[in-house]
Amino acid sequence: MSSVKFNQEIISKTEKNLLQKLVSEQSFWVTIALFGICFIMFFVEDAFSSKDNLFNITRNFSFIGIMAIGMTFVIITAGIDLSVGSIMGVTGVICGLFLDAQFLPEWYSKASYFEGVYVWVSIILALLAGTLIGAVNGYLIAYVKLSPFVVTLGMMAAARSLALVVSNNKMFYEFGPKDEMFYEIGGGSMLGLANATWLLIFLTIVMGLVLKYTSYGKHVFAVGSNKKAAELSGINTRWIEMSVYMISGLFAAISAVMIVGWMGSVTNALGYTYELRVIAATVIGGANLMGGVGGTFGAFIGAALMETIRNSLLMAGIDPYWQGTFLGIFIVGAVWLEKVKNKKN
Amino acid sequence: MSILSLNNIEKNFGAIQALTGVSFDIKEAETVGLMGDNGAGKSTLLKIIAGNFKPSNGEIKFENNTVSFEKPIDARKSGIEVVYQDLALCNHLTAASNVFLGREIQKGIWPFKYLDYPAMFKKSSELFEELKSETRPKDLVMQMSGGQRQAVAIARTRLTNPKLVLMDEPTAAISVRQVAEVLDIIKRLKDQGIAVMLISHRMPDIFEVCDKLVVLRRGEKVCEKNIKDSSTEEATGLITGAIDRV
Ligand SMILES: Nc1ncnc2c1ncn2[C@@H]1O[C@H](COP(=O)(O)OP(=O)(O)O)[C@@H](O)[C@H]1O
Ligand SMILES: [Mg+2]
Repeated sequence: MSSVKFNQEIISKTEKNLLQKLVSEQSFWVTIALFGICFIMFFVEDAFSSKDNLFNITRNFSFIGIMAIGMTFVIITAGIDLSVGSIMGVTGVICGLFLDAQFLPEWYSKASYFEGVYVWVSIILALLAGTLIGAVNGYLIAYVKLSPFVVTLGMMAAARSLALVVSNNKMFYEFGPKDEMFYEIGGGSMLGLANATWLLIFLTIVMGLVLKYTSYGKHVFAVGSNKKAAELSGINTRWIEMSVYMISGLFAAISAVMIVGWMGSVTNALGYTYELRVIAATVIGGANLMGGVGGTFGAFIGAALMETIRNSLLMAGIDPYWQGTFLGIFIVGAVWLEKVKNKKN
Repeated sequence: MSILSLNNIEKNFGAIQALTGVSFDIKEAETVGLMGDNGAGKSTLLKIIAGNFKPSNGEIKFENNTVSFEKPIDARKSGIEVVYQDLALCNHLTAASNVFLGREIQKGIWPFKYLDYPAMFKKSSELFEELKSETRPKDLVMQMSGGQRQAVAIARTRLTNPKLVLMDEPTAAISVRQVAEVLDIIKRLKDQGIAVMLISHRMPDIFEVCDKLVVLRRGEKVCEKNIKDSSTEEATGLITGAIDRV
């Protein structure tokens, strides 16, 4: 009996209580900062808290946020994916090509238009393409053992050029007989929030559960924390490493489909330099580039903070040319903060 | 009865001859102390038994069957558990997650399988209690003392019922009190009929818990005898080469 008690005591006794744990999370402080900015802007700028502006902010960061969730998985394994912007470009163009279909053989438009499923065909092809490109990244990194930086830098160039090849430098904007349905998916809204935002919320929860409550998620952390230890435990570390790049590619494609639906057109420039914003959002949200640390809520809140700041600066009348400078400061600042925190531990 | 027989094990890494013709047996519930200077080949031998390396030559028999492990997981499946010199723990995970790494307890049916944290916390706290270690299952390994980390690594070996546990320098880099803890743990393994191969630099540790002493020098076995028939002076001489072999 007393031994059971002893057990219970040890189980429930953790070094930190819940509040201390919360305070040690970077995403907690980013959330505070976000509320702080919103609070200030609420008083300083009337237009900020208008329903339209808040709707725009949440929609805008959703596209980045969805990609940041995929990036979170990659960064937890101590990797990096510089190709997400280009993957977004090429998958968006693929989606547009199959929606528009005027550059494709006639049998395609006849067959699928007739069936009325071409919207789904286009979306699925885009998602498959994103996953496949991610698989190429992942294979070269996990099995050929090339550095993630080099592989995804190469893919950043290659996928962007593929977007040019696929689109032949044309814009796709006629999305066929059921274009309304496609616009609705990416551009529609429910209960005052854009569909993209709902999707981001959904993916944040689902992928957050995957990280915390599945052995796959545990193994993703293990690979980033100590790859050798993970391997000695019998974990298929190569597959884990490859799979996170597939997730990143897939999420870039999901985001591409949503953003093309919202904009109603697509060119090969889609997603240009987005990798910077995605990586910044992920790192600001608390994912550690050294691996082993990160979460989907952090990706969500990091993307939200960046967009809110961007929006606030615009409203404050600051020249948009400065945005890149702020982005750069945020990326370096977040990594610096990480270093300071690690030193303290 | 022998649980493990090593027969003429050789290992070379390119031009480096790490092991030459090493043979000895480990009996059931026997604790064998493996000593030797830095670079003598102790870790290499452990890794060959554990399936990390393949021997260049020689034969390994485990429970009277000739075995050739492709990967560490194969050795583990046959009942050989290892505590590695560098511990092989994930700093960012909790003690419980480390104990169960690669063999998590899950609930539900595929694809809706999820981790059963309560069961894993309970089982690992039982293991720590069994090892009499004050390690809390929910603590991150990052925040732990050397002794606690050692306990986590050893608890990992207790998930199944191993027949042989290999330990590489488990008492290096921990405090005196923690050394006593680890030695107690080793004795407890022995009480449960588990054979142990203990690699250590620390003479007192070996002489406190081991039944048999094996000394390697430059990849060769220079001594295999009952610990009672040996002495720390003799062991020191064998390790340094002042005594050639016995
Ligand atoms: N993976 C390896 N590749 C090449 N040489 C190795 C490798 N592992 C060990 N060695 C060499 O084998 C010899 C024995 O090393 P080791 O078994 O680690 O010694 P010990 O554990 O007794 O200190 C050393 O000369 C070491 O440099
Ligand atoms: Mg060694």
